Amino acid sequence: MEIIKGFVHKVGHDIDTDLIIPARFLNDISVDSLAANCMNDVIDNFNQIIQTGDVLVAGKNFGCGSSREHAPVAIKATGVSCVIAESFARIFYRNAINIGLPIIVSEDAAKEILAGDEIEIDVREGRIVNHTQDRCYEVEKFPPFLLEIMEAGDLITYTRKRVMANV
Amino acid sequence: MGMTITEKILAAHCNKDEVKPGELIMAKTDIVLSNDITGPVAIREFQKFGIDKVFDPAQVAMVPDHFSPAKDIKSAELAKEMRTFAREQEIHHYFEMGKMGIEHCLLPEQAVVKPGQLIIGADSHTVTYGAMGAFSSGVGSTDIAVAMATGEVWLRVPESIKVVLTGQPKKYVVGKDVILYLIGKIGVDGARYKTLEFVGEGLKQLSMDSRFTMCNMAIEAGGKSGIIGIDEKTIAYLEETNNRDYLIYASDEDAVYSQVIEIDLSQISPQVAKPHLPSNTVAIEEIEETFIDQVVIGSCTNGRMEDMIAAAEILKGKSVHGDIRLIVIPGTQQIYKECMGNGVFDAIIDAGGLVSTPTCGPCLGGHMGILAKGERALSTTNRNFVGRMGHPESEVYLCNPAIAAASAISGKIVSPEEVM
Repeated sequence: MEIIKGFVHKVGHDIDTDLIIPARFLNDISVDSLAANCMNDVIDNFNQIIQTGDVLVAGKNFGCGSSREHAPVAIKATGVSCVIAESFARIFYRNAINIGLPIIVSEDAAKEILAGDEIEIDVREGRIVNHTQDRCYEVEKFPPFLLEIMEAGDLITYTRKRVMANV
Repeated sequence: MGMTITEKILAAHCNKDEVKPGELIMAKTDIVLSNDITGPVAIREFQKFGIDKVFDPAQVAMVPDHFSPAKDIKSAELAKEMRTFAREQEIHHYFEMGKMGIEHCLLPEQAVVKPGQLIIGADSHTVTYGAMGAFSSGVGSTDIAVAMATGEVWLRVPESIKVVLTGQPKKYVVGKDVILYLIGKIGVDGARYKTLEFVGEGLKQLSMDSRFTMCNMAIEAGGKSGIIGIDEKTIAYLEETNNRDYLIYASDEDAVYSQVIEIDLSQISPQVAKPHLPSNTVAIEEIEETFIDQVVIGSCTNGRMEDMIAAAEILKGKSVHGDIRLIVIPGTQQIYKECMGNGVFDAIIDAGGLVSTPTCGPCLGGHMGILAKGERALSTTNRNFVGRMGHPESEVYLCNPAIAAASAISGKIVSPEEVM
């Protein structure tokens, strides 16, 4: 996995999947439509504001609510390279891993990193470097199995390579 | 060391004698569910495998219920994509309009889901089936694509929280109030990654419909699943629905729980969750004067027969307030038909309420009752997030069907006692 570098945008606690991509836009599952309608009820013109590679930093329970995979797909499609949160709701957590949107759980980093900070993330090693504040965070590494999915790119690619190849 | 019902079901589905919380497993699936929103995404992911057939068409359930009957052209295209796939793959449990219902009301009623099974669904409220002693959890569309291809899903074995229910519930206190009270107590992430296992003498006072509601909203506390062991009520329900060939699991006496929560049912009042989180609950006596524009009774949370009867009993012989739009949505065609025969629809329609064909519709702001800017709804659904039922500046309050019906009569949120 490549090292992620980008500038930070911050959102609060309990950002639910209805806020990330409201149901009124779920009748169009093209990535362009999902990106265009992502998070606008939280941050105006989110898709325009995000520069490819930017990092989203959130509070507790990010992605709670509906199971819609459209949510991490939409965030990824806006160009966000990684989401750091104090904690993630479980379906969002697995969906992000399954579709290849890097995520990091770190209470300290999520609290201390500020909007506009330039940060660098090594998902494999579990490290976040905040260049703006000159701080480094060591976070819990992903279990090998989840890292393998992330290394493969997504769960479909992983399954095709590792599981179906053996059948 | 003893195991919980959840650990036993998961161990049985990965050919192990035991599993422990935190362990990552590849588990065999029994039922793999998706709907008209998440199904098409799963189908497109499935097609990336380049294989002709699903692992087992008898495992796959597809229910067009969210934007169905199709609300617009784009939704019709998505529903068509799922219908075409279901035909080509000879999917056993595809439910077309006319047979369709809200997925989590429908699958237990049609005995598609069974005790002891491992069920995954690309819908967060898949947790509902835990009320039948199954492990049942919401996942994403990619998980469904993989399970359709391989019959497997990756899971982290959850810790279990034991919720011990005691006491006799007060009048108008049902499963919805129990789960709203619990969510109010532990918060929207209080059971994150965990299972809520309901036990105790108090369960005897709660019907199967109430239990479905309780497990249904385990996700609103962040739960991976909700679960209730089998008892006489479950067995009676299984017989009534011709549900056969199931496996019964039960927690050991010395099973390990990460937390124990006790709730005395006699001490709780009907609950209302105020905007914009399901955990923002108050007892009905504590609600300030709150005028409303729309009342919705239905959804996978409260669209079952007991819910319809509870509403009809309050509405019978009364009139819906002139400022209120009352929308009632039975969960399945079977419930709909029963409501036609048992006087439920008479009571609702005579009172000035409307009745819709089964659909998730307004619950997720899909169709059939979207809120305008500044409007406020009282609803028996499951989420009151910002913009959930329509305009981002609209509001949703959550409650049980009796409170919803009473409030439709009075025009503001009230206890049924105020109109009876």
